[in-house]
Amino acid sequence: MSKDKKESVIESSIKRKYKLQAKDVKVWYGDFMAIKGISMDIKPNKVTAFIGPSGCGKSTFLRLFNRMNDYVDGFKMGGEINIDGSNINAKDINVELLRKQVGMVFQKPNPFPKSIFENVAYGLKIQGLKDKAFLEERVESSLKQVALWDEVKNDLNKSALALSGGQQQRLCIARTLAVEPSIILMDEPTSALDPISTAKIEELIYKLKDKYTIVIVTHNMQQASRISDNTAFFYLGELIEYDKTNKIFTNPEKEQTENYITGRFG
Amino acid sequence: MNNIRKNRLKDQAFKIWGIFCTLLGLVLLAVFIGNILVDGIMRIDWEFVMNLPSRKPEKAGIYTALMGSIWVLLLTTIIALPVGIAAAIYLEEYSKKNKLATILEVNISNLAGVPSIIYGLLGLEVFVRIMEMGASVLAGSFTLALLILPIVIVSTREALKAVPKSIRDASFAMGASKWQTVYHQLLPASFGGILTGIILALSRAVGETAPLIVIGALAYVPFAPSSVMDEFSVLPIQIFNWITRPQHGFVENAAAAIIILLLITFVMNGIAVYFRNKWQKKFK
Ligand SMILES: Nc1ncnc2c1ncn2[C@@H]1O[C@H](COP(=O)(O)OP(=O)(O)OP(=O)(O)O)[C@@H](O)[C@H]1O
Ligand SMILES: [Mg+2]
Repeated sequence: MSKDKKESVIESSIKRKYKLQAKDVKVWYGDFMAIKGISMDIKPNKVTAFIGPSGCGKSTFLRLFNRMNDYVDGFKMGGEINIDGSNINAKDINVELLRKQVGMVFQKPNPFPKSIFENVAYGLKIQGLKDKAFLEERVESSLKQVALWDEVKNDLNKSALALSGGQQQRLCIARTLAVEPSIILMDEPTSALDPISTAKIEELIYKLKDKYTIVIVTHNMQQASRISDNTAFFYLGELIEYDKTNKIFTNPEKEQTENYITGRFG
Repeated sequence: MNNIRKNRLKDQAFKIWGIFCTLLGLVLLAVFIGNILVDGIMRIDWEFVMNLPSRKPEKAGIYTALMGSIWVLLLTTIIALPVGIAAAIYLEEYSKKNKLATILEVNISNLAGVPSIIYGLLGLEVFVRIMEMGASVLAGSFTLALLILPIVIVSTREALKAVPKSIRDASFAMGASKWQTVYHQLLPASFGGILTGIILALSRAVGETAPLIVIGALAYVPFAPSSVMDEFSVLPIQIFNWITRPQHGFVENAAAAIIILLLITFVMNGIAVYFRNKWQKKFK
């Protein structure tokens, strides 16, 4: 095998092995260094949980994968973020296309002040898709995936703001699914919800990992241990430990990790 | 003990003074409006609205001035709206928040405070003379459009600012471009606020007199304008003209015209308040 060919084989096997890769990533907000050189690989079709005390940089790090920090004043980054092996900060990358591939769900449910239908169809409409039958079909299938269809199928034209918080969050997930991303980033998606809505969303995340790679930030240790395959513990802008969730929660390598998950600080 | 009593007394005194100050403006306004109503209300009828100007007070009407005001108002809207909203969208959503942006911002706010007669002089030089529009409806509208532009820009920016950041985040995260976010989310969400600002700006424009007099709008025009290049008068100029006449009949006319002008501004403000309330409810 020639050297070139060998490299490309290695590369494509890396692609299959790792959906997301961070290579020595650093982030500054002005003079403040929020991420201090993190490298990590995230596997496809797994749920990866980010845990760590408030302000340690979980959201900042998560938002690098769909470049949502781009608009933040004073934001600078170093290092490399790869998705399927290609650098998402390269010049020729279209951010809009990237975000269609990498969906995001936020802490506070943030439906648009529009109808339920319009919310779910938004991502498709801005891509220029107009075919009504297609939109209807996709809205229905997306709402079914998040188990919201039966609750709202007769109210598709009602304002999304009239839904309960838990329903709104599931709607936001449906809105993300509608454009068929391959990765879903979730930043504390259940922290504003009641226990029943939380349970529904956790169940949903568990189901979704067949089709999607999911990265979730959470402050809820039980949640991380229930739904994730791998867990990354961050502290003060650094990745302290990253391993199988089971290992992190039963037998962590680092003392800091143990202190945090046992609630001794953070 | 003594001290507490003294403080309570001071408290009481200030309360009374405060009430007096609050009422002062209102009472004066009420007296003024009452006076005007007494003078003018009997004079208002359909003929007064539809009659052309005349040397005889009982035959004179406000038709040409009213039509002039409407023409100017519509044209001012057409000119100021797209420019003002586009500028606001640029400043709020596109421009980097750097020094230049701050300087622009401060100066636009300052422009809102420039005396209107200065705008009149600018309009006279630029629109009437250099661009050879003459003392036309068009020149008047451009002048008033400049005058209200800062208000439109500032209030549109406020309305855009009031749209929660979470909506922008959601739209961008769905892969929307900046323009798509502005068009599909921010403008609809801030529509009520923008409209409120515009109506308030226009209700200021409809009462402006000085800049229009400076550019040469006439107190007496025989006919209502039929094109944007026609000469024109507006209600406030008509009022000013009538008030300066010696005959008592004209004073009555002036009072009647003031009532109509006030009615127009009150209705416009009312619509603005309605939209503001409706829009505020949307994000609760
Ligand atoms: N827009 C910003 N400008 C300046 N500093 C910021 C900005 N956003 C975050 N930071 C800082 O970066 C650090 C990491 O913030 P980040 O929001 O990523 O933390 P987090 O781990 O998500 O915290 P939390 O658990 O409270 O959500 C914090 O110290 C924060 O103050
Ligand atoms: Mg966070």
